[in-house]
Amino acid sequence: MNLDRRHFLIMLPAAAIAWKYVLAGTPEASPNYTMTDHWWSMLIDIPKCIGCGNCVRACAAENDVPDGHFRTWVERYHVTDWHMESPEVISPDGGKEGFPAVAESAGGEEGFSSASADAGKYFFVPKLCNHCADSPCTQVCPVGATFISPDGVVLVDQSYCLGCAYCVQACPYGCRYIHPEKRVADKCTLCYHRITKGLTTACCEACPTGTRRLVDLKDPNDPIHMFLKTHPIQVLKPQMATGAKVFYNELDGSVR
Amino acid sequence: MSLNKDAVHLFRFALLFVVAFAVFLVVRHFVVPKTFGEYGHYRGAAIAEIAARPMHFAGHETCETCHADIAEAKKAGKHENVSCEACHGPLAKHADDPSIQPVKIDTTVLCIRCHAESAAKPGGFPQIDPVQHSGGVPCQTCHQPHNGL
Amino acid sequence: MSGIEGYMYPNETTLYWSVLIVLYPYITGLVAGAFILASLVRVFNVKAVAPTYRLALLTALAFLLVAPLPLQLHLGHPERSPEMYFTPHSSSAMAMFGFVYLWYLMAVLVFEIWLDYRRDIVLLAQSTTGWRRTLYRILTLGSQNISPRSLAIDHKVGWIVTIVGIPSAFILHGYVGFIFGSLKANPWWSSPLMPVVFIFSAMVSGIAAVMLLYMLTTKLRNLPIDMPCVDTIAMYLFYIFILDFSLEMLDLVHRVYEADESFRTLNFMVHTRLYFSQIVLQICIGTLVPILLLAITQVKKLTEIVRKRIYAVSGCLVLIGVLAMRWNVVIGGQLFSKSFLGYTTYKVGLVSKEGLLVAIFLTILPLGILWALMKLLPPWPEKEQGPVPAATPAH
Repeated sequence: MNLDRRHFLIMLPAAAIAWKYVLAGTPEASPNYTMTDHWWSMLIDIPKCIGCGNCVRACAAENDVPDGHFRTWVERYHVTDWHMESPEVISPDGGKEGFPAVAESAGGEEGFSSASADAGKYFFVPKLCNHCADSPCTQVCPVGATFISPDGVVLVDQSYCLGCAYCVQACPYGCRYIHPEKRVADKCTLCYHRITKGLTTACCEACPTGTRRLVDLKDPNDPIHMFLKTHPIQVLKPQMATGAKVFYNELDGSVR
Repeated sequence: MSLNKDAVHLFRFALLFVVAFAVFLVVRHFVVPKTFGEYGHYRGAAIAEIAARPMHFAGHETCETCHADIAEAKKAGKHENVSCEACHGPLAKHADDPSIQPVKIDTTVLCIRCHAESAAKPGGFPQIDPVQHSGGVPCQTCHQPHNGL
Repeated sequence: MSGIEGYMYPNETTLYWSVLIVLYPYITGLVAGAFILASLVRVFNVKAVAPTYRLALLTALAFLLVAPLPLQLHLGHPERSPEMYFTPHSSSAMAMFGFVYLWYLMAVLVFEIWLDYRRDIVLLAQSTTGWRRTLYRILTLGSQNISPRSLAIDHKVGWIVTIVGIPSAFILHGYVGFIFGSLKANPWWSSPLMPVVFIFSAMVSGIAAVMLLYMLTTKLRNLPIDMPCVDTIAMYLFYIFILDFSLEMLDLVHRVYEADESFRTLNFMVHTRLYFSQIVLQICIGTLVPILLLAITQVKKLTEIVRKRIYAVSGCLVLIGVLAMRWNVVIGGQLFSKSFLGYTTYKVGLVSKEGLLVAIFLTILPLGILWALMKLLPPWPEKEQGPVPAATPAH
């Protein structure tokens, strides 16, 4: 991007300038952004996640997420041996302050795939709205308050939402909630206000290990295309056929 | 004629429906937001409204425009790919007005979150037992995070 | 967080659809069921239940008027609910609500009641005074014509309205079942049987409600209960209940047999958190006992007083059982995690907007409205009012 970031940011508090574009109702008119040029998504590289919870904290700070509700969260899985149907999963406060340490199991070397049969394995799974291409949540909204934007982000029009919570019930992934004060549906917006200005999402910005990466599927230069070709990629609950767009590298079969 | 006289009440009942429907159409014309249906079954203006929300994180490229020296040093170390705000928190306000000081980091809490030893973390990731390693001494006593090790 | 067992997605720990959302299908179910009973007279010519015809229609209206209230109280922004009329989303079953409700209220129920009562309304417009007279005059829509021909036309049109009303009643209540049944995200709800089970249990509850109301109001008027009438109602109740129970058992057997990925968690939930409301209340007390009692009346010859007692007890148990069914569907569907790894609990508030007191009020309110409707549009001819044995002559 050739915009001088610092100068642009100084412009931000001068809301009058931004409002001109907002009132025009055409996001294309705001800085150099054409919706149809993009199809946003995210890549989550499971082997890299250390469960630090930076992403959960950053999202809460960036988007004023109310306590006890989560636009993104991290789960820790413990799968013993072949018991894939019954993993032990925890997500203390969504993983916001990280996770309690796990002591080395007897006979285990560095905590990952120990030789002992019942030590099992641990891994972290960050989750967020999957911005489904065939989303069941937008299908059930009675008034059209939630929708998928032309650039692939599922958003909520909070000045139109009735707060009926039908979309919350319809989401198979549990990524939606009703905002306790605004009394409307709320969820991850893929930091739409950032990605439309050439920045990345707050969670990707804060991730120290490169686990989370914003992806533009319509961009031929995006490294995602090579990554998809060279790694085993899954989505959550593929049997639901939601067209989920958040891709996971090396997602274990025990993940719910 | 005779039919009309005996059924006039039915026509009046039907008229109620017609009038109500007409009123509905008129009200609808004024009430439905103008941008509704622009891109799909939703209020088109909502997209721009959501895109205009305020930011709290400045993004590391912004930090680097002023703190280029630290960015250079970081490139040589292990924290090369850790963005500034991953540790220093949201700093858009500071980027707008540099006189606003960022919050001081407490390394005994911050560094631990990533580097505390846990069998749950990937094996290759640098982890230590906080008590055995430094006994509660602040991390920056021995380590320089901007230069990695 | 207390009350959580196992793992739930962090946003799932609160229940968003409360006891008021349990009440809504219960109320519309009573409406649909009462209307079906009325249609037995109008369309299927079951003359025996004619004494309950008008009562059934008024009951349906009383409950229908209350039906939107639990929904309005539940919405985060009830003031925006007109959006469902102005920009309904055609892929959403919930968007149908506004239109189906209005259609059923005005084009079916109010229309049919008005056609059946029109003669009485005109007479009352002529015989009463004060505000009542004004009200009745408005209801006549300016026509005082009650000639035999006009009444014959009314009767014919009313017959068509009832014919249209039957599928309308099914849609009014069936779409609620579809709201639940069409959600692939929730295995407790997702089922093609859901709308069908809802409709049949609605018929059972509506018929039982009208039967009980008829028995109660007749007693309050110190008149003998028309036994052929309640015997016939009880018979229909029995057979429709058998159908309803069969459908519910089909769903259960199918789940147990297929035992898909959700089965273990749902099975555990039914045996623990849902045990009392599902096994005890819905199945045993609310279904098996009334079916058994009604079966006895169908096969054995019993005295009038015994039959009346059985009908009263069965009717009450049925109403409790169908309410339990709605509870088990709505609340049960939110007690388990979509990760199939945990459960939460539902604590009904007492005085909150969606709490127990409001729920109780909303259940009693329709009875108050029914009382007012019965005063305004008396279901039975005046000369029947009065003590037994000799009715005083009409003034």
